Amino acid sequence: MKHFRFSLSLAAALLTATVAFQPMSAARADTTLLNVSYDPTREFYKDFNAAFAAKWKADTGETVTIQTSHGGSGKQARAVIDGLDADVVTLALESDISAIVKAGNKINPDWRTKYPHNSAPYTSTIVFLVRKGNPKGIKDWGDLVKDGVEVITPNPKTSGGARWNYLAAWAWAYGQYGGDEAKIKDYIATLFQHVPVLDTGARGSTTTFAQRELGDVLLAWENEAYLSLAEFGEDKFDIVVPPQSILAEPPVAVVDANVDAKGTRKAAEAYLQYLYSEEGQTLAAKHFYRPAEPELVPADVLKKIPELKLVTIDDPIFGGWAKAQPYHFGDGGTFDQIYKPKQ
Amino acid sequence: MAHDLSQSEPIGNVWNPATTESRTARYVLIAITLVFLGLFLFMPLVSVFVEAFRKGPAEFFAALVEPDAKAAIRLTLLVAATAVPLNLIFGVVAAWTIAKFEFKGKAFLTTLIDLPFSVSPVISGLVYVLLFSSHSVLGPWLKSHGIEVLFAVPGIVLATMFVTFPFVARELIPLMQHQGTTDEEAALSLGANGWQTFWHVTLPNIKWGLLYGVLLCNARAMGEFGAVSVVSGHIRGLTNTMPLHVEILYNEYNFVAAFAVASLLALLALVTLVLKTLLELRYGAELRAAGGH
Repeated sequence: MKHFRFSLSLAAALLTATVAFQPMSAARADTTLLNVSYDPTREFYKDFNAAFAAKWKADTGETVTIQTSHGGSGKQARAVIDGLDADVVTLALESDISAIVKAGNKINPDWRTKYPHNSAPYTSTIVFLVRKGNPKGIKDWGDLVKDGVEVITPNPKTSGGARWNYLAAWAWAYGQYGGDEAKIKDYIATLFQHVPVLDTGARGSTTTFAQRELGDVLLAWENEAYLSLAEFGEDKFDIVVPPQSILAEPPVAVVDANVDAKGTRKAAEAYLQYLYSEEGQTLAAKHFYRPAEPELVPADVLKKIPELKLVTIDDPIFGGWAKAQPYHFGDGGTFDQIYKPKQ
Repeated sequence: MAHDLSQSEPIGNVWNPATTESRTARYVLIAITLVFLGLFLFMPLVSVFVEAFRKGPAEFFAALVEPDAKAAIRLTLLVAATAVPLNLIFGVVAAWTIAKFEFKGKAFLTTLIDLPFSVSPVISGLVYVLLFSSHSVLGPWLKSHGIEVLFAVPGIVLATMFVTFPFVARELIPLMQHQGTTDEEAALSLGANGWQTFWHVTLPNIKWGLLYGVLLCNARAMGEFGAVSVVSGHIRGLTNTMPLHVEILYNEYNFVAAFAVASLLALLALVTLVLKTLLELRYGAELRAAGGH
């Protein structure tokens, strides 16, 4: 029994040692900012971070290191709520930032007024990426539900981009069926019956479409569609711009609680402000975002961006994110009503 | 006569007299096994390396010395170097407790050790999110003392430890149970104390099983994706382990770099396997004598 007690106390000592295991603190440069963003912004922020770091060094003499984390917008908001130490969030949806505001006030409720254009420095829209030559003849939203057309879009529950896809389709159907909600839902339900795979994020869907070669049409962020052309070759896909789509305004915000705790507010605010500068706007346009202030951007960069009718989230069809989010994507919302996983 | 011949055929087979299958059946079985292994194990492994070298060795090595990749490799090694020794100690203690002593709740403890094997790694990660998130009791308290667990290295180490918990213990428990307590009792009756008994009697008996468990534990610790993904926060150059880095690179259409890092990871696993095979070849007799595998 003596030895039993010995080993038990040894075990207890070890467990205590394990629990008390201390973190090694990461070596920090002068200032380190963490930008928690969503999937398709990787390439843009890679360039933008370098530009901002150079600018900050020139202005203040300080070295700033910007770390980034990318993932599905909803998932990223969840991580910030759970304690991911973001200085700034640059997410796909206003409602994802609102979720952080509601779950513990890490961001002040007036965040939308802190930067111009409702804190959306760049916008985007949803377009169709189809296989080269558009063999299924997809031109508009109505073509997506034709027989034999397979549509690739991520899951609106986890992906910000997918919610824009969903709402863009909804807006088209609203016009098509004169606002008859039963008919709109019918169209959306049929649309999702044409979806063979629901990925969790926009990037996953792009990979499914471009790399695994599933589906006939990818509902994609405009920038993501152009990026696919650049990555996989223009001989593989065509971009189809439908006559009407939705204006997506991916917003940015400083995470007040975190920057105040870390003392990084000055750099974090300057970082977001720089998105509105000539260089920030031009970089955004180069990465196929629609700059909020196009007059700052050289004309040859701008002309690549096609014109189409864009419905905003504040249109009476939706009534703003505060209304649209629970109505369409909350538990029991329209998506839950129409979506039945295929057997 | 023909009847007699077919009867005597297996008996006349000097290669494997224990089986009665015809030569054809044996070759078919061997062929099926080889084809299966080739298709499902060997081909994917080879394709990882082929893909990694698609644009030549320069690109391959560039992908490995890139700062984020180096950080991911460092982190993976650090996590394994922390989690494996801790689990080694825990595994020995747990196996010792379970194999050598009788006490109430032993069956329960044995089941508990198996828990990480039976739950999904995602759950293993979420457990730590619940424990250490800013809405938990522990999270804010630790943070106010300057300790970050979730979305930082300690969280990754904890999640890895949880997932690799059972490897050493599972390897040792049957071995120790099989060996019984007679050696230890002899040592004790000759006047050795508990520590001496462990060091000079128990440890030499279990060393090969222990090494085997550590190798498996290490392989999993370096390769774990699910649980680590949940607690990592995916900050580049800081909290991305090699498996997570592979996913990120792949999602950035950076296929060569993704497969380069993946092949390094596969290489680490292969080294583990080779070590294990060498051990078995070199010490096979001893392993069997010790009642190991």
